Amino acid sequence: MSATTVSEPALQRPQKTRVPLPPKLRAPGWYRAAFASVLGLAFSFGLTVLIRWAMHEHPVIDGHAITIVALIAVPLFFLFGFGTADYWLYWAAGRATRPEEHSSHGAHSWRDYFRVNTDHKVIGVQYVVTSFFFLFVGGLLAMLIRAQLAKPGMQFLTPEQYNGVFSVHATLLIFLFVIPVFAGLANFVLPLMIGAPDMAFPRLNALSFWLLPLAGIMMLMSFLAPGGSFASGWTAYAPLSTTQPLGQLFFTVGVQFAGASSIATALNFLVTIITMRAPGMSFFRMPLLVWANFSTSLLVVIATPFIAASQFFVLLDVGLGFHFFDAFVGPGKNGNVLMYQHVFWFYSHPAVYIMMLPGFGIISEIIAVKSRKPIFGYRMMAFSLLAIVVLGFTVWAHHMFVSGMQPWIRIPMMITTAIIAIPTGIKIFSWLATLWRGVLHLDTPMLFALGFLTMFTLGGISGVMLAMIPFDIHVSQTYFIVAHIHYVLFGGSLFTIFAGVYYWFPKMTGRMFDDRLGKLHFWMTFIFFNLTFGPMHLIGIQGMPRRVAEYASKFAAWNLFISISAFILGLSTLIFLYNIVASWRGGPRASANPWRALTLEWQVSSPPPIFNFDAVPTVVGGPYEYGVPGAVHGIFKSPSEAKPVAAGGYTAPPSQESHT
Amino acid sequence: MRNRPLLQMLVVGVIGTAILVPLALIVPWFPSDASKQASNIHTLYTVLLIATVPIFVLVETVVLFSVWKFRMKPGEEMKDGPPIHGNTRLEVIWTAAPAMLIIGLCVFAFTKLHANEKSHPNEMTVNVTERQFAFEFSYVRNGKTIVSPDLYIPENQPVVFKIRSLDVIHSFFVPNFSEKIDAVPGITTTLRVTATRVGSYPVECTELCGAGHSLMRSAAYVVTPSKFQQWLQAQKPNAAPPVGAPPSNAAQAGVPGGGSSASTSTSSSSSSSSSSSSGGASAAAGKAVFTGSAGCSGCHTLAAAGATGTTGPNLGTAVVPDAKKAGMPVKQFIQESIEKPNAFISAGFQPNIMPQTFAQTLTPTQISSLVDFIASVTK
Repeated sequence: MSATTVSEPALQRPQKTRVPLPPKLRAPGWYRAAFASVLGLAFSFGLTVLIRWAMHEHPVIDGHAITIVALIAVPLFFLFGFGTADYWLYWAAGRATRPEEHSSHGAHSWRDYFRVNTDHKVIGVQYVVTSFFFLFVGGLLAMLIRAQLAKPGMQFLTPEQYNGVFSVHATLLIFLFVIPVFAGLANFVLPLMIGAPDMAFPRLNALSFWLLPLAGIMMLMSFLAPGGSFASGWTAYAPLSTTQPLGQLFFTVGVQFAGASSIATALNFLVTIITMRAPGMSFFRMPLLVWANFSTSLLVVIATPFIAASQFFVLLDVGLGFHFFDAFVGPGKNGNVLMYQHVFWFYSHPAVYIMMLPGFGIISEIIAVKSRKPIFGYRMMAFSLLAIVVLGFTVWAHHMFVSGMQPWIRIPMMITTAIIAIPTGIKIFSWLATLWRGVLHLDTPMLFALGFLTMFTLGGISGVMLAMIPFDIHVSQTYFIVAHIHYVLFGGSLFTIFAGVYYWFPKMTGRMFDDRLGKLHFWMTFIFFNLTFGPMHLIGIQGMPRRVAEYASKFAAWNLFISISAFILGLSTLIFLYNIVASWRGGPRASANPWRALTLEWQVSSPPPIFNFDAVPTVVGGPYEYGVPGAVHGIFKSPSEAKPVAAGGYTAPPSQESHT
Repeated sequence: MRNRPLLQMLVVGVIGTAILVPLALIVPWFPSDASKQASNIHTLYTVLLIATVPIFVLVETVVLFSVWKFRMKPGEEMKDGPPIHGNTRLEVIWTAAPAMLIIGLCVFAFTKLHANEKSHPNEMTVNVTERQFAFEFSYVRNGKTIVSPDLYIPENQPVVFKIRSLDVIHSFFVPNFSEKIDAVPGITTTLRVTATRVGSYPVECTELCGAGHSLMRSAAYVVTPSKFQQWLQAQKPNAAPPVGAPPSNAAQAGVPGGGSSASTSTSSSSSSSSSSSSGGASAAAGKAVFTGSAGCSGCHTLAAAGATGTTGPNLGTAVVPDAKKAGMPVKQFIQESIEKPNAFISAGFQPNIMPQTFAQTLTPTQISSLVDFIASVTK
C-alpha cells in the first residue's frame, strides 16, 4: 500500500499538471476500452441530437437514430480504446512508438489472449477459440429451432422470435464461425508453412481479429433490441429488411465489421503468401493449404465489398430514407428490389467458396500425410482452386431462378453452375487417387477427412441437381435447400474444420488430444449429421418450405425424427469440447512432428518458438514427397549452404530425427 | 496382379450401383403430381438420380475399399505408400467424362424448362396479388373482376399467373404443380401451369415475408371445366373487393374519397361503395375482407370469422379493453389500429410486426367495412 502510494507520484510528477486520467485509463486494455465505449455512446448521442436539432427534426432525442450511429461509433471507439491502433496513432502524433516492434509477441498466460497481440500464433488461437464460442452459440440456437419444429403447430417461440432465432443462427455460423475459423487456422499455420516469422502486417492482423467479437456481440445484442432480433434471414432480402424493427440494423452494421475483418485478413494473407515465402519455395512448392488460402483471399478481396455495399444500401434506406429498395406500391416509390439480390449474391455465392476452399486445403494436407503418399495431381489441385475462383463469380444468379429476374439469364447461370462441379470433381477424384494404395492412418483427423469426402460428394450432387433450373424451381426455398446447404457447410466445411483442429491441435497447444474420444466424436457426428439432414431432402421435395415456424401435419413424423437426431448431434459436440479442453489442460506432451509430415510447420517445436524459426528454412522440394526415399521439403541451413539435393541424397533435418 | 484391387472394386461398385439406383427411384420423393410441368420435373429428377447415384457409389466404393484394403496394419507405422504423383490420362478422363455428363444434363434440363414455360394460345389468366400475409386470386368474367382468397382453376387448361406483391417479396408455390415464382413489389412475374388432376392442393408462400410467413397459406382447387364455370358464375363481383390494385393504379388508392378510386373494375368500386350504405351489409363485406383478401385471419384470432392466428392480439377479446386503455371510442380505435398499427400496441405484443401499409392498400370503403365488422363482433 505505502510502497505504491510513494512510488506513483514519483513516477507521475512530470505529467501531473497535464493528464489527470488514472493510468488504467491511459494504458491500452479493457479499462480504457470501456471508457472509450462510453465516450462513443456519448458521441453518438451528441452527434444525433445536434444534427436533429439543426435540421428541426422532432423529437430531438430519437432512440432509433442514436442506436444507428452508436452501432457504428461505439465499436470504433472501443477498438481505439483497446489499443488496436496505438502504434499508428503514436506514429502519426510524432510520439515515440514502442521500441521493440514485436514486444507483444507470444502469450505467456491466458490473459495475453485477451489483449491486443500481434503474434500470428496468438491471433490464430484467438480466432479459433472465438469462432468456436460462436459455433456453440449458433448450435444452441439450432437446438431451439429443432425444439420449435419437433411438433407441428406453434411451440414456445412466437413466429417473430422463431424468425429471429434462425436468422441469428445462420448469420453467426456463417460470418462468425465458418469464415473466421478458417482465417484463424490459416493465421496459425500458414506463416509456419511458408517459412515466415509472422504475417506481413501483424498490427492489421490484430485489428482484423478484434473486429470479429464486436460483430458477433452486436448480432447477439440484437435480441435485446425492441421488436426482437433481426428476423429476415441471413440473406436479409429488401424490402423486408428495410421495414423490420430496429434489430435488423444490428445485422446490417454487424456484417460490415465482420466483412472488414475478412477483407483485411485476406489482404494480409495475399501479401504474406506473395512476399514472405522462404527461399526456394516457388508457387508450385507451396502446400495446397497455402494455395487454398491464396485462392480464398482473392475471392474475399474481390467479393466481400459487394455485401458491404448491399448492407450500406439497406442502412441508407432505413437510416436516411433513401429509396434503393423501396418498391412499395405508391407515389415516389420506385426502388429496385431485385438489385439487392444481385448485389448480395454476387458476394454470397463466392462466399460459399470462401467457406469451402480453405477446407479443401486442410483435406489435401491431411489426406497426403495420413495416406503416406504424395497428393495425386498436385498441379491440377492448384489449378482447380483457381478455376473455382474464376467460375465462382459467374454463377451468382442461380440463387435467383425463381426471383422473377429476366428468364434468359437463368440458362448461362445453369451452365456455369454445372461446370463448376468439374474442378470440384477433379479435387474429389484426386483425393481418392491419393488414398489408393497408400498406408492409411485412420485416426481422428483422417476419419473427419474421409467423412468430408462422403458428405461433400452428396452436397455436390445435390448442388448439380439444384443447377438444373426446372428442378430448382420445384425445390428452391424448401427444406431441400436447407439440406443442401448443411451438407456443404456442415458435412463439408465443419468436417474439414474438425479435421484441421484435430490435425494441428498438437502444434497449436503442444499437447496430444485423446484419439478415442475423437473417434467417438467423429462417429456420433457422422451418423447423426446424416440422420438430421438426410431426411430434409425428402421433406423439401415433398413441399415443406424453409424458414417456417410451423408446418403441415403430414411432415410431423419426419420432423420429430430430425429433431431427435439434431439433439444428439448437438450433444456430440460436447465430446469435442471436453476432449479439447481436457487435452489442452493435461494431455500428453506432443512431439514436434507426431504425424511425420514434411511441411515446414512440423519441423519446429510444438508449440513453435516465438519467431517460428531459429534459422530461415530453405525449401528444396515439394511438400508431399511421401514414399520418395530421403525426400525433404525444407532444410534449416542458411540459404547459401542449401542447395537442392537429389532424392535420397539428404538425411532428415535434426528436428525430425529427434523423435522418429 | 496390379489390377486385381481395381477389378474387385469395379465389381463392388457395379453391385452397389445396381442396389442403390433402384432404391433411390423407389422413394416416393414428390407429392402427387397435378400438372404437366410436375411430370416433366419428375422425369428430370429421375434422370438426375440415375446419372448421379453411380458417382456417389464410385466415391464411396473407393473410400471404403481403401479403408478396408490399404489401412495401416501393425508393423507398418513407418511405412510410406508408393510415390505416385499423378497420371495425366486418368486426370484427362475425370475432367472430360463429368464435363460431358454435365453438358448432357444441362441440355436435357433445358428441353424440360422450355416445355414447361411454353405459352399456349388459349391461356387463361389468373392475377395473383400477395401481401403480408395473404393471397388473393382475381379472374375476369365478362369484363368484371372476380376475387377469391382461394385458387380455382380448370383441369387441362393452360393457365398463366400474373403475380404481384403489395409490400415485401413473397412467393407463389403449389408443391403438386412443381412450379413457383416470387411475387416482387414493383414488377409483375409470370408463371405457367397446366393442371392435370382434379383435387385440392396447398398454396404456400415460400419466401420469408415477416412474422406471419409460416401462416401465409391458401388452397388451390383444380376442378373440371364445367364446375369451374359454375364456380365462376356463382361468385359475386363484389363478394370481396380487390385489395389494392396493380401498381399503376395503386398510387390513387390512398386518395381521399377512394371509394371511387381508379380500380381495374368500375363495378367493384361502385358496388362496394353501395354496400357501405347500410351497417349490416358493410359488416358482411368487412367479414369477407377480414377472412379473405386483407389476410387479417393469418395473424389474428376472431371467433366470428373463424380465424385462429396467434401472431397478433385476439380481436374477439382484446379490442374493447385496449380501446379503453387508449381512451378512444371502439370504432375509432379499430380504424387507427388498422391504419397506424404502431399507435397503440396491445400488452405482450411488439410494434412493427403488423404491416403499416393497409391505409394505402385497402380502400377507405374496405377499411370502414372492416371496422364495422370487427366492432360488431368484438366483446
